[in-house]
Amino acid sequence: MADLDAFRAETRAWLEANCPPEMRQPVRDEDDVYWGGRNATFKNDAQKAWFEACRDKGFTVPAWPKEYGGAGLSPAEAKVLREEMARIGARPPLSSFGIWMLGPALLQFGTEGQKKHFLNQIARGEIRWCQGYSEPGSGSDLVSLQTFGEDKGDHWVVNGSKIWTSYADKADWIFCLVRTDKTNKYQGITFMLYDMASPGVSTKPILLISGNSPFCETFFDDVKVPKSYGEDIPGYVGEINRGWDVAKYLLGHEREMISGADSSERGAGIGASLTRQAGGELDPILRAELAMFDVDALAFSAMGEKFLDEVKVGKAHPAYSNMMKYAGTELNKRRHELVMSAGGSTALEWDSEETRGGAAPRAWLRTKANSIEGGTSEVMLGVVAKRILELPGA
Amino acid sequence: MPLYHDDDQAMLAETAQQFMGDEGAIGKQLRHWRDRECKDGFGHDLWKQMAEMGFTGIIVPEADGGLGMGHVEAGIVLEEIGRNLTPSPFLTSSVMAATALAAANEDARGRWLPGLVSGDSVFAVAIDEGPKHRPERIATKAERSGNGFKLSGKKDFVVQGASADMIVVAARTSGADDDEQGVTLFAVPKDAAGLGHNSVRLVDSSMASHLTLDGVELDGDAVIGEVDGGREVLNRVLDAGRVGAAAEAVGVARGSMDMTIDYLKQRKQFGKLIGEFQALQHRAAHLYSEVEIARAVVIKAQQLLDAGAENASLMASVAKAKVGKAAGLAVKEGVQMHGGIGMTDEYDIGLYMKRDRALAEFMGDVYYHADRVARMSGY
Repeated sequence: MADLDAFRAETRAWLEANCPPEMRQPVRDEDDVYWGGRNATFKNDAQKAWFEACRDKGFTVPAWPKEYGGAGLSPAEAKVLREEMARIGARPPLSSFGIWMLGPALLQFGTEGQKKHFLNQIARGEIRWCQGYSEPGSGSDLVSLQTFGEDKGDHWVVNGSKIWTSYADKADWIFCLVRTDKTNKYQGITFMLYDMASPGVSTKPILLISGNSPFCETFFDDVKVPKSYGEDIPGYVGEINRGWDVAKYLLGHEREMISGADSSERGAGIGASLTRQAGGELDPILRAELAMFDVDALAFSAMGEKFLDEVKVGKAHPAYSNMMKYAGTELNKRRHELVMSAGGSTALEWDSEETRGGAAPRAWLRTKANSIEGGTSEVMLGVVAKRILELPGA
Repeated sequence: MPLYHDDDQAMLAETAQQFMGDEGAIGKQLRHWRDRECKDGFGHDLWKQMAEMGFTGIIVPEADGGLGMGHVEAGIVLEEIGRNLTPSPFLTSSVMAATALAAANEDARGRWLPGLVSGDSVFAVAIDEGPKHRPERIATKAERSGNGFKLSGKKDFVVQGASADMIVVAARTSGADDDEQGVTLFAVPKDAAGLGHNSVRLVDSSMASHLTLDGVELDGDAVIGEVDGGREVLNRVLDAGRVGAAAEAVGVARGSMDMTIDYLKQRKQFGKLIGEFQALQHRAAHLYSEVEIARAVVIKAQQLLDAGAENASLMASVAKAKVGKAAGLAVKEGVQMHGGIGMTDEYDIGLYMKRDRALAEFMGDVYYHADRVARMSGY
């Protein structure tokens, strides 16, 4: 306990000295988020300074071991850092699918060589990754995926297409589920890693109802994927044809992330700020809805905290992230419905400067994907019914 | 502090689960006393057994003969009480009255706490003055009289009021009915002259009193805490009651849900187990999610209360409101998914629905607490 208190004091002082005031403001625009990568640019000096300070301290990935670019913090220390960052409203210094998705998969399934090579690149923000999972014909039924890698000895030749590839047009590398055995549904998929600059890779952004294009269609036309990038650095994670194990593990992570279990914003009440924005008075029934929402949001924040505490000590049921994903995303959709209602006609403005280019309606529309991406709410409920409640035939 | 039970608490949970499952079971307690139209609505033998287990004095300080534990531990016992629908004075005596008495002077603690810890006495708490919970408004008057006070007014929903050896009464010693200050808590003995009970049986077979105080004369030493300064103690009693009732309701929700999930795995219709139908699977999974979230926020509120945290009272209301929703859903889905058999008295699921309804109202319902969350948040 005393050690933790000392760590908290030390962390607080470090953040005070290294987190610029501009980086303690809520994220407002897309370029407020720093994603790293080969072609990354900083929005301003503060963003650069904050990123570099965290990178050098290992705070882009605080809980990863030091030899892989992290700070080697214990779960309790990582929680303290999270709390202290939340206390001053510090932005994440680096956001990336490498941190959230590929990193955890490599820590679990990667070779030592892969960890040293790829994890350090991710921690230092050098390579920006994207995720190739869904296909036009394989959404909720992901395991039916058809993108195929033909074995050519020391490499595969990959053909097919992926959809809903987040920021594929901006990514440097992809981690991708590719079928390598057509006769075995579950044990015929390989989790491959390759460069998006490889010949035969092309991307096409998808325009969404929010007017934004965070997702792409990604096409592979005779893409050559090496089986090895050097000594002890295979071009795939886990074993060949056993990529589904890695994918399932990662889906758990993804669901946990989308649930917002560790997001202080997701668990916060909104009634007070929306009432202020509306000039102090809202319809009584809307006030009542906001109060009921705040109850649910604050309760969910406790659930998120409990879930993360339990995950740390291995107490959480392995299927629990599905429940969290369901509850967290449904909550977020409700939040944005209420933001729209409280905002009235102002919240309808699509591109005016006063509304920062229609931030509210675009965010509202974006949240509709929360309960679809990473497994729909209906799939989540099915998993909870089957794996936690053990209902028959589910 | 991690948001789950530590090893000692997990052990207590196991003990409580076993004890309530055996001694506090529905057939042995709730149905037994209900079918005999017991005037207390609970069994004194069980209360003595709970004392032997150490439960009665669980939050009473060790110096006063209790276990000196906190709301997390009291909540563990309450969850098992809820799961078994065990009627007992635990919530009002061991949680709420014990919280009030913690603010009393040594004489008063010496007079009342030994009986609480030994299970020889039962206590009640009289706050409400009307069918809805409005603790901000206290109209019952306590006027100076000699070197003591004279109490006049009426109190409602005094759970187990007629069985209690002493009732903690919130009364007004100064100011207007809606004033925050000017409230004083009194320890009113059962034989006080002018104290009247109209004891009624509630939907869940528990007993509650409409209390009349017709010039009840009390000595000055009946005051708990400070004259005119009772609001602070009352708020502590309210928070303890909110979180305690929420913990018991979590037990009701989980008991009802477990029973329902079991039923989905046994009942066959159209040649299938009804648990195979996706329409029911999704509702069951949604229910599970709501109950888990409710349980998490209840433990959070217990921990905050034990730590004396600034936001403890806010989270107590969040907990009571959230559990109100989740447990309500659990019992309604419970009866619906049981179908016709769920409507019969013979089957226990309906008993869960009745108990939930009483607990939902006790110490403020979901609407009261959602409104309080809004007010405390500044809107």
